[in-house]
Amino acid sequence: MNTEIIGILAMFLITLLLALPLGKYIARVYDGQRTFLDPVLGPLERLFFRISGVDPAESWSWQKNLVALLVINLVWFLLGMFILMNMAWLPLNPDHNPSQGAHLAFNTTISFLVNCNLQHYSGESGVSYLGQLYLMFLQFTTAATGMVGAVLLFRALRKGTHKTFGNFFSDYLKTCTRILLPLSLIMGIMLLFSGTPMTMEGKQQTIGLRGDTMQVSTGPVAAFVPIKHLGTNGGGFFGTNSAHPLENPGYGSNMIEMVAQMLIPFAMVFAFGIFIRRKRMAWVIFGVMTLGFLALAIPNTYMEAKGNPAIAHMGIDNSLGNMEGKEVRLGAAAAGYWSIATTVISTGSINSMHDSHMPLSGMNELLAMMINCFYGGCGVGILNYFIFIILAVFISGLMVGRTPEFLGKKIEAREMKIAMIIALLHPLLILAGTALATAFPQYTSGTLNNPGFHGFSEILYEYTSSAANNGSGFEGLGDNTPWWNITTGFVLILGRYLPIIGPVAIAGILGGKKYIPESAGTLQTDTPTFGFMTLAVIAIVAALAFFPALTLGPIAECFSSK
Amino acid sequence: MKSQHKSLFQKELVGEALRQSFVKLHPRTMFRNPVMFTVWIGTFIMFFVCLWILAGEKGQGGFGYNLIVFLVLLLTLLFANFAEAIAEARGKAQADSLRKTREETPARLADGKIVSSSELRKGDVFLCEAGDIIPADGEIIEGLATIDESAITGESAPVIREAGGDKSSVTGGTKVLSDKVKVQVTTQPGESFLDKMIALVEGASRQKTPNEIALTILLAGFTLVFVIVCTTLKPFGDFANISITIASFIALFVCLIPTTIGGLLSAIGIAGMDRALRANVITKSGKAVETAGDIDVLLLDKTGTITIGNRRATHFYPVAGVEEKRFVRASVLSSMADETPEGKSIIELAKVDPRSYNAAEPRFIKFTAETRCSGIDFSDTRIRKGATDAIRNIVVRAGNTFPAAIEEQVKQISGNGGTPLVVSENEEAIGVIELQDIIKPGIQERFQRLRKMGIKTVMVTGDNPLTAKYIAEKAGVDDFIAEAKPEDKMNYIRREQSEGRLVAMMGDGTNDAPALAQADVGVAMNSGTQAAKEAGNMVDLDNDPTKLIEVVEIGKQLLMTRGTLTTFSIANDVAKYFAIIPALFITAVPALQGLNIMALHSPQSAILSAVVFNAIIIPLLIPLALKGVAYKPIGASALLRRNLFLYGLGGIIVPFIGIKLIDMIVSLFL
Repeated sequence: MNTEIIGILAMFLITLLLALPLGKYIARVYDGQRTFLDPVLGPLERLFFRISGVDPAESWSWQKNLVALLVINLVWFLLGMFILMNMAWLPLNPDHNPSQGAHLAFNTTISFLVNCNLQHYSGESGVSYLGQLYLMFLQFTTAATGMVGAVLLFRALRKGTHKTFGNFFSDYLKTCTRILLPLSLIMGIMLLFSGTPMTMEGKQQTIGLRGDTMQVSTGPVAAFVPIKHLGTNGGGFFGTNSAHPLENPGYGSNMIEMVAQMLIPFAMVFAFGIFIRRKRMAWVIFGVMTLGFLALAIPNTYMEAKGNPAIAHMGIDNSLGNMEGKEVRLGAAAAGYWSIATTVISTGSINSMHDSHMPLSGMNELLAMMINCFYGGCGVGILNYFIFIILAVFISGLMVGRTPEFLGKKIEAREMKIAMIIALLHPLLILAGTALATAFPQYTSGTLNNPGFHGFSEILYEYTSSAANNGSGFEGLGDNTPWWNITTGFVLILGRYLPIIGPVAIAGILGGKKYIPESAGTLQTDTPTFGFMTLAVIAIVAALAFFPALTLGPIAECFSSK
Repeated sequence: MKSQHKSLFQKELVGEALRQSFVKLHPRTMFRNPVMFTVWIGTFIMFFVCLWILAGEKGQGGFGYNLIVFLVLLLTLLFANFAEAIAEARGKAQADSLRKTREETPARLADGKIVSSSELRKGDVFLCEAGDIIPADGEIIEGLATIDESAITGESAPVIREAGGDKSSVTGGTKVLSDKVKVQVTTQPGESFLDKMIALVEGASRQKTPNEIALTILLAGFTLVFVIVCTTLKPFGDFANISITIASFIALFVCLIPTTIGGLLSAIGIAGMDRALRANVITKSGKAVETAGDIDVLLLDKTGTITIGNRRATHFYPVAGVEEKRFVRASVLSSMADETPEGKSIIELAKVDPRSYNAAEPRFIKFTAETRCSGIDFSDTRIRKGATDAIRNIVVRAGNTFPAAIEEQVKQISGNGGTPLVVSENEEAIGVIELQDIIKPGIQERFQRLRKMGIKTVMVTGDNPLTAKYIAEKAGVDDFIAEAKPEDKMNYIRREQSEGRLVAMMGDGTNDAPALAQADVGVAMNSGTQAAKEAGNMVDLDNDPTKLIEVVEIGKQLLMTRGTLTTFSIANDVAKYFAIIPALFITAVPALQGLNIMALHSPQSAILSAVVFNAIIIPLLIPLALKGVAYKPIGASALLRRNLFLYGLGGIIVPFIGIKLIDMIVSLFL
């Protein structure tokens, strides 16, 4: 077998093998059970609680938890705006990078706050080390925000009737200290060994192969990159993200980063099963997600590795694959696989330029973000998937002749209303955003790198990436303009918080309802049949809403290039 | 179940439904259904587009093409309205045929005045004699009569109704066959259950059920998605320099929104109530039918539901040394004056005429709660028949021994779920009669079916726990309440409900009323008391205790029909996309011919085929909506697989074939 394929298989299997114990550990952390880190972290956490005056044992309603979630995010936002707009004179700026203007700072803060990391700037010149460190901090808190959202869901779906769902701040802090911090430390050390720099000094001077002097940007990269992947953030230290040789020095570091970004999304599914004591359901969910992931990843890996027939026609050797915009040290297959991994989950880090992928590879990347729940981002993946479960439960519940119920709770008009709003939100943000951008060419046409269908794909990709809080880009787009910074900024906010509020609200309402014991007439939601039903609902909802847009973008490009 | 086999579309009903299809085009009526209302708006816009083209607009395609799109959309609306109207008409016709029987019958009031039935008010008292038609629903306050209820139930055997007790209700339109009764009117004119049901079917007081509301939200959501898709397509098209006509936009929109289920939704709901009515069950709300589908626990009375009427004698066991003939003779004589069904069954079992024994100057001993035995004295013979300990007392008090063989026999009969009756002659125990409950044939299979549906069956009986257990096991029910008092039923229902289960029960007596009200689905028998009928949410005109099982199936069918047609409707979109999307873009982007996988003739024919298919699928599915999807108790997952295969996969494939066929026809004319 091709070594590149073995590498991909290894990345997937290692992730799975690590995710199983990690899932168990995560479930223990949120369940308040003893873990081996208690002696070290227990005192630290108690100190935090004493200073902040939060009583971690106080259990709150889902509404109160959500309010806490939103307020703390607002605080981080204001602080971020201040730092990014003033970093020129603030400390830790050896390269004397300038402060960001208001609309770029708005876009940058929001996109780091919401786990998107769209990055309309380049890290080398766009932020100081203080800025980078604050952005690194946000990558912790945003991952924790998503995961605590998911934990509210876990608590609500446990058997029985619930009125309170734990304490937001307690879960929030523990997510950072017990889960994200230890994992980041381990990964940071691994990256250090693979050649990633870790320094607070400014640019390094070096002589290149051709003998000219180069100024090479460095910085605290090894501290920054782990949480970028573990927290499914994807915000690169450098402008070219994980395609940059110092951010992702070789195939080994590429594997580490690949495993790291899918690790928590995998583990959250297993943690869900363990937490609500339905492991079978977790496996069915994982199965559906994997099926969806593979349906996108296999074609992409194949298409990118096979190469571009148009280039082959020109008589250029294409045997290494479609190598435009790819790194030779990583290879085309690993880039094709990465392109889907980073889009199904909300990382959005890249190790090749998506703009240069085959048209249908680009379509699959778009689809991955349009669906946004095959594994999905830290915590939010399972929240998004939950909405599709509600829709699938509703339709299939009726099909077996009972009013729909999920895990012993009846799904009624109120829950359907919220689920439908959330399901509608994603197409609305993407399509309305793209429609506005195409309707006002005076603001956008100058920023496009390509005309025609591919230009349309660039716009569609930018809004899809924003709505899905993904952060990757069809990097042909010159996106640091007020139009892009502001419109995507608002899409980011809506695409982040509503899909957390909605599912948590549904779960909270369900949690408060009376538990109905199962009978032979109850629809089993942990069977392959139901898994298939959910997959069908996901496929149809996504395909139906986005088919026309995709037709005018990648599909038209694909047919036209034949 | 008189009109069960009538065809779905009777001529007189179709005429009325066609008229209603147009009446229902009124925007206020359309507004109730968000999916079809958007189609209504689309049709309206197309009407103006046609006018615009007549006024000289050139960019929107030919007038003929636009006119056809307009007409097909109008047809879509009319088909959807027709579906609702025909369901209403059928329900109304069924209810009317029941109501007709009770219109304008003369009523003789207690003071001798004759008035028309329509003048009767609640509380009035009227008299009825043999041959009279009962003018209104009421309760017998004096007397007893045999009544022919075939007009309502279709059952020709007359029934007995009498004052006091649980069989005191009479229904308007039924006929008194013998005797004379005094009846008090229990309902105001226009407020009988039947009147309420007709109002429900007619739509005047029809409210959407909770599940219907939730489904409407889902469908409205799917409609909104396509509002977004179609609106944003305009700037997308402009960006790619593709001009899309208004007709194409509206065609795309109407085809993609779930019009099939949207058009049939209310018809499905009405048909559910109508099916209940065809099973002679009057439902007081659509919600009751829906809830019936969810029932987890079914409370059934033993007598009449699980067993045939009362216990019957099945064996004579004379003690050793007593001739069988002598024992049978004693048994029969002791039962001569016994009017209970058990007593009669003893004589039936013996197959002799008691008079042939020539008992001279008999003196009958009545059963009392104290002695707990009955019997006969004649010449110097004293025969007693009764419960074991009662007879043992008599025997022992007279200084005789109570044979151990009888004790043994008694134990054995009890263990088999039977009831032993010991017979003594002149204070000597001579044998045992075995009484057994006869379980209705086929009832085990029905319980089996219920178990597969996930429904727990509970038998309610006054028997002792031993007997109850035996019968429960033999009949295959899951649980039983023995020595049941009315409050036991109530407590059982409360307990199940507190654990989150939905409970259904059937009852007739006044003391059933609280439990009927407490149950999620309470079916009162029409022969029951007014209190029971008020308390339940359904009334069974046939007084058939097994009707609950049918009601549950009707409820499940209703929900399934909604689910499967929703799936079908949404799955249809795949094929419609492949018809319309290439048609929209192909002129500007010829390369997209690759998406035209059905090889449709031209963009115009493709769009027309899609909207025509979208329209005619509604009337094609009306029979399914009215009859309901067949329920098969094969377990939820298997059922889901089956329906997903039939209506999901079918929903993807059928429109590909349908649209292609229509395109082949349409292309002949273009």
